[in-house]
Amino acid sequence: MSAMPTVRAVRDAVKGPMARFGLAVVVVAALAALFAPWISPYNPNTQNLALRLAGPSWRHPFGLDELGRDILSRVLAGTRISFLVGIVVVSVSSVIGSLLGAMAGYFGGWFDEIVSRLIDILLAFPGLLLAIALVAVLGPSLMNVLLALSVIGWVGYARLVRGQVLRTREIDYVQAARALGAGTPRILLRHVLPAAMPAVVVQATLGMAGAIVSEAALSFLGLGVQPPTPSWGTMLSAGVSHLLDAPHLTIFPGLAIALLVLGFNFLGDGLRDAADPKGVQA
Amino acid sequence: MVSFIARRLLLTVPVLLGVATLVFSLIHLVPGDPVQAMLGEGATPADVATLRARLGLDRPLYVQYESFLVGLVHGDLGTSLRTNEPVTQAIAERIPATAELAVAAMIVAVLVALPLGVIAAAWRGTGIDYTATAVSLLGISIPNFWLGPLLAIVFAVQLGWLPVSGRGGLAHLILPALTLGAPLAAVLARMTRASVVEELGEVYVLAARAKGVSRVGAVIRHAFRNSLIPIVTIFGLQFGAVLTGTVITETIFAWPGVGRLLIQSISFRDYPLVQGCILLIAFTYVAANLLTDLAYGLLDPRIRYE
Repeated sequence: MSAMPTVRAVRDAVKGPMARFGLAVVVVAALAALFAPWISPYNPNTQNLALRLAGPSWRHPFGLDELGRDILSRVLAGTRISFLVGIVVVSVSSVIGSLLGAMAGYFGGWFDEIVSRLIDILLAFPGLLLAIALVAVLGPSLMNVLLALSVIGWVGYARLVRGQVLRTREIDYVQAARALGAGTPRILLRHVLPAAMPAVVVQATLGMAGAIVSEAALSFLGLGVQPPTPSWGTMLSAGVSHLLDAPHLTIFPGLAIALLVLGFNFLGDGLRDAADPKGVQA
Repeated sequence: MVSFIARRLLLTVPVLLGVATLVFSLIHLVPGDPVQAMLGEGATPADVATLRARLGLDRPLYVQYESFLVGLVHGDLGTSLRTNEPVTQAIAERIPATAELAVAAMIVAVLVALPLGVIAAAWRGTGIDYTATAVSLLGISIPNFWLGPLLAIVFAVQLGWLPVSGRGGLAHLILPALTLGAPLAAVLARMTRASVVEELGEVYVLAARAKGVSRVGAVIRHAFRNSLIPIVTIFGLQFGAVLTGTVITETIFAWPGVGRLLIQSISFRDYPLVQGCILLIAFTYVAANLLTDLAYGLLDPRIRYE
């Protein structure tokens, strides 16, 4: 029940040109993140102050930043931070959110009441605001960004899975499993949760884009990854002070974020259409 | 309708209380000492004790919580640590700038998105549709902290048509409003397209076409009107993104609003002010959701009787 629709959804999803483009971008970026230390032309932290703010050239295709560091090498290194944030935040929040949502939907009662009220309250904070508040109190660091984004991230999965479970728990095969004496953990993990998986996979793909943008936004505001660690958001933030004399500081890290986010969005859209044939017809 | 409004208002109270409690706990329960963090490593124990007493942090937690809620109800959120100004006053001074920016961004979004979405739906499956879809996906994927600087590079630095930053006349408003409005326009355009396409398949639209109503007439007079409910929903939901977007947009364009005040207060570790800004933004969002709910009730009478 679980693997087949997901596998089929992935195969169907990459049929469209936009989803294929998305998949290609994500795969290339993942390879760049994986092999960044070996394919970078320079050390991302090596400074060449004589060439600070120098524009793009053959030796430095993306130019150099305010401390004379090679921007291409820093963009490549930034890919690692972005993927790290995306993977950690999506993994933590999807596992916690799916489990809480499944339990809330399955058991109902006071547990559902507590989880649902918590979801209501967390959803009453717009987007990044709670993450900004958390990082403001905890202090800016990569670890705190991961924590803050996971704290707000699980809510979406919990709400999604809870809704799916409410529908699934009364279906015959779940009732049959219960009648045959299957325990609650087995029913949840083998029968109820797998039915919600296609929706979770779509949410996780779009969630990668969300986490990457959020990290960049927090770092841009000075609340995320701290210099000299090369995060795209931090690089953009430094670039804004040099809009007049060195716009290339802003252009390349921003292009990297936009491309990767576009890639995940295209892929997530394709997956959603494949998982929901009604949506395609509409 | 009155009982519908009363019911929705009542449902909002526990959410507001939850939001206030969460914001209170953030400052009071998070590991680490906010007073030590505010004063830095070099602070003497006497300094720490003085500031703790000034903030009321030396009292038992339930007393602090009670006085926080009482203050909140009376519009008293304490005083700024940096300027000694009442927090509500500091925030109130910034609200007009943020409201101006948010309203301008929403106008930009509606003016771009509704025509784009309706055109894409009317010409579904054609090049026009694909172009509109690609443009809106691009709009969703370009983060506003990149779009803002890009617009500034082109229109302020290269062309010199518009000012780079600050608040003033209409010219100052254009770039921030475009930056903040673009992602909203993209989401709205997608939703409008999907919603109009769905309505176009309904029997009443086919009936109108069969009676001789033109394609454009069917889209505008019949399908679009009925597709407004999901569009209003998305508009309400996206208001949160607009509010968060103001934090970033105001930072980029040195726009003197609540969002910029929040980021400045964070860098000065002015926790009463941080707490006030976050409460204001969250409460505004809850109010916007409430208004969205009420708008459904107006648009679709069936919802009132659920």
